[in-house]
Amino acid sequence: MCVAIPGRIVELNGTKATVDFSGNTVEAEAGLVKVKIGDRVLVHAGCIIQTMSDDEADEMEELFREIEDIQI
Amino acid sequence: MNKLELIKEKLKDYDGEELRFMEVCGTHTAAISENGIHGMISPKIHLISGPGCPVCVTVTAVIDRLTELSLTENTTVLTFGDLIRVRGSKMSLADARAMGGRVEMLYSPMDAVKMAAKNPDRNYVFAAIGFETTTPVYAMVLKEIIAQDVHNLKLLTSLKTMPEVIRWVCKNTDNIDGFLAPGHVSVITGSDLFKQLSEETGLPFVVAGFDGPGLLAAVYALCGMRDKPGLKNVYKSAVSENGNESAREAVEEFFEPCDASWRGMGMIPGSGMRLKEKYGEYDAGSYGLDEDHMPPGCSCARVLTGEISPEECPLFGKKCTPEDAHGACMVSTEGSCYNYYISGRKKR
Ligand code: SF4
Repeated sequence: MCVAIPGRIVELNGTKATVDFSGNTVEAEAGLVKVKIGDRVLVHAGCIIQTMSDDEADEMEELFREIEDIQI
Repeated sequence: MNKLELIKEKLKDYDGEELRFMEVCGTHTAAISENGIHGMISPKIHLISGPGCPVCVTVTAVIDRLTELSLTENTTVLTFGDLIRVRGSKMSLADARAMGGRVEMLYSPMDAVKMAAKNPDRNYVFAAIGFETTTPVYAMVLKEIIAQDVHNLKLLTSLKTMPEVIRWVCKNTDNIDGFLAPGHVSVITGSDLFKQLSEETGLPFVVAGFDGPGLLAAVYALCGMRDKPGLKNVYKSAVSENGNESAREAVEEFFEPCDASWRGMGMIPGSGMRLKEKYGEYDAGSYGLDEDHMPPGCSCARVLTGEISPEECPLFGKKCTPEDAHGACMVSTEGSCYNYYISGRKKR
């Protein structure tokens, strides 16, 4: 139930945001975090709970960097 | 070979001591099944589901109160989908609806405010269950209720927090070698919370995302960090050390910590959140809902704590299936039994 989905803000009206999830747009409440149009955000149960780093491609790199020193 | 392939190979070939890692988050349980992670790793690495599916840990007294409300004149119970089919001591919300009770499913609790504002003569109760991820959403609901001066929407809260139940699991089991920290709880709490828990319990924690590579990287990290305290965050795109402070402030405005009852585990001090007294008018009678009647023969309690694997329950796949679920763990799409059933995930 703690599922949260990344999308991008395409419209902002006070604390009401329109978030695009690969073509589907959904209204989301933006009162829990400072956001602007164009931000990549995580939406949970109709609320934006966090902004995310912008570049998806970097995420994988970062993930492997974190475990670089680990051997099993 | 790229890094992901290398990790996959090492996890598949792992031949060291047997390792048991617990994912405390129900969304991780579902993601592990969907991505077939259990089939990609060595049989010596065991992934165990923990008590992090909010629907599964809700005690029957809460369901009973909700069914009673749904059958009360002029009252509609609003809820997330999965909760509808969970049986209370007598019936589920779906049963109550079949008897004429009013129950509606919503995607977002924010929609409850719109619904209540549109129908001022009807009373609405939102079944406010969830962990640290969802409580800020309820805080936003309350802000909106107050801003719009809505008086016909209340919350029935059964809100839980992770730290105390993780401590409880550590105290009551001694065979866990590390934890996959709940990713979207960490978005709110920050990864530092798990650093603290790691030092206390002496076990490694890895904050993980929900896609295949993220989950594999997290399991790989746990294998390398086994038996020693330590924290790694492989979900940095969403989880910072401090988390979302404004979400936590919103929660603090409306809620305070309380003791909470967990299905099959009983009362765990300081493991829940409840509305502060000054917002009591928005509470639909959440205090004291502690009774828990497990369906006869159901082993949910032992499944939720990782003591047994779902298929070790005598009813699993026989008397208890997703179509005719006995316990909550088979109802929820994040439940351990449901996920073991649909994906054939096995204890090996
Ligand atoms: S298989 Fe069914 S009866 Fe057994 S523990 Fe799971 S939910 Fe309960």
